[in-house]
Amino acid sequence: MFNRYTPATLVREVVLVLVTVVILFPFYLLVVMALKDTKESVVSSPVALPSSPTLENFATVLSGEGRNNVLSGLMNSVIITVGSVVMLIVFGSIAAYVISRRPGRLGGAAYVSFVVGIILPFQLAIIPVYVALRVLGLLGTHIGMIILYTGLLMPLTVFLYTGFARALPRDYEEAAAIDGASKISIFLRIVFPLLSPATGTVAILTGLIVWNDFFNALIFLSGSKSTTLPVMVYSFVGENVTAWNLVFTVVIISMIPILAFYLFAQKKFIQGFAGGMKG
Amino acid sequence: MAISSAAPATARVKRPASAPDRGSKLFASWWWAIPALVVSILVHYVAVAVGGTFAFTNWKGIGAFQFVGFDNFAKIFSGDLGRGAILNTLFLAFGFLIGTNVFGLLLALALNRGVKLRYFLRVVIFMPTVLSPLAVSYIWRFIYQPQGPLNSFLGSVGLESWQRTWLADPVSSIWTILIVMVWQSTGLVMVIYLAGLAGVPQELEEAAAIDGANVFQRFRHVVFPLIRPSFVIASTLMLIQGLRVFDQVMALTGGGPFNATETLATQVYKQTFAYGQFGYGAALSLVLTVLIIVISLIQMGLTSGRERKS
Repeated sequence: MFNRYTPATLVREVVLVLVTVVILFPFYLLVVMALKDTKESVVSSPVALPSSPTLENFATVLSGEGRNNVLSGLMNSVIITVGSVVMLIVFGSIAAYVISRRPGRLGGAAYVSFVVGIILPFQLAIIPVYVALRVLGLLGTHIGMIILYTGLLMPLTVFLYTGFARALPRDYEEAAAIDGASKISIFLRIVFPLLSPATGTVAILTGLIVWNDFFNALIFLSGSKSTTLPVMVYSFVGENVTAWNLVFTVVIISMIPILAFYLFAQKKFIQGFAGGMKG
Repeated sequence: MAISSAAPATARVKRPASAPDRGSKLFASWWWAIPALVVSILVHYVAVAVGGTFAFTNWKGIGAFQFVGFDNFAKIFSGDLGRGAILNTLFLAFGFLIGTNVFGLLLALALNRGVKLRYFLRVVIFMPTVLSPLAVSYIWRFIYQPQGPLNSFLGSVGLESWQRTWLADPVSSIWTILIVMVWQSTGLVMVIYLAGLAGVPQELEEAAAIDGANVFQRFRHVVFPLIRPSFVIASTLMLIQGLRVFDQVMALTGGGPFNATETLATQVYKQTFAYGQFGYGAALSLVLTVLIIVISLIQMGLTSGRERKS
């Protein structure tokens, strides 16, 4: 009885479309402004379409040098995000597999230590980690950031993997063992491929957290050559406060990679977020 | 934060280690878990403990330091800046919790079924969630400019008296931050509720409707009890995320005007890394940490308590 398409449903549909348009309106302003030249961006109404859309802002922004080199920021973001996600997947999946297959006291204690790690806020850890990386000479480096993010997000990763691994049937592993496969090849060729839905969720959630992270990146990377996009956007705005067409161009460039991923895999994104997650 | 499944873990701990059941033969070496365990323990336990110790010192980030007892905390709670940061953080966190849950739940109920464009609209409304909070905040900073879209919109509909310098006004500036936070995360909360609503059998609602329950009664007595787990997840998640608010403040107001929008996270950053007050910054972090732990425990207690009653 709730499945009939009544006039009330139509009203609801129209209202929802209007609400969505309002929610998306800031993105309209973003795109329109980035396509205006500097003069028009100041004079014209913010809502007006550009009289002659131009990509010169993109050329200007992408040719920035030194600490405004957006392309190197993009590279840094990619290196740090991919590096962290790979480390999390490699070490997290294997740890979760061991935990899920080892119900003894040790496995239980290890699991609890990870779960508590998710709940314990990390803010207190930042200052000691900062000092430790400074002592090791890893402050402002890709490696330092990858280690930091791997540590920060490992509990979430292990939690997501363990839940999934516990539900996996053991028959395949046993069959492979009877056929004489080694432990390592059982994991690599049987278990890890079976874990791939969890790998997808882990990659999306941790990848997004790392890519969008500003707090840690600002603290650990400010002034270095390894600054990621959020820090670069922040300092760019600091220098070009009122040049909104340029600011919005940088903002768009920083959003494009994530948006592309999202449109490509929106179902997986939404499932990952709706399931277990940590903000 | 994920908050479920701690229970099965504790159940497993109680099983004696010396008697592994035959069905669970391990085809892996236990030491494979060590790298993950070590890096996680270093960051989440060792570093947190050291950071907690710093909170009781006057360390400047370099050189020697002394233990100063609770001096740092006295400074936080007696000064306007420290108290203001705590109050702003709480205001934003609870405003964020309420705003995202109200709008997210309404959108989820409206988009649950019937509407033809529902899948498309869900994907679009969720989109801001995946973007950088810092980057989207800059769009809003433009909207809030004195000559910006918001003021010109108010002018064009005859509400000139509502116009103001949104970001520089000590009263409105904190609201500007809250609006951006709620706008960006409503889609996430909507998705969490939609996942819960997918598990509500339609026959139950139809039966209640036949018995004469109106739409509010059906929600209150049939739907909501079934989606309570979603409510617990969404509210805990939003509260914790809200307590850590940082990006939006840095992008919109930088903590101004006159510290009117400083939060604990922005103060941790500024005091520690801009002014070199590592001891004081650590104390601020500890306050934030305790707030997060206490509030999430209270909330879990409240929500599970209600569950037991029903």
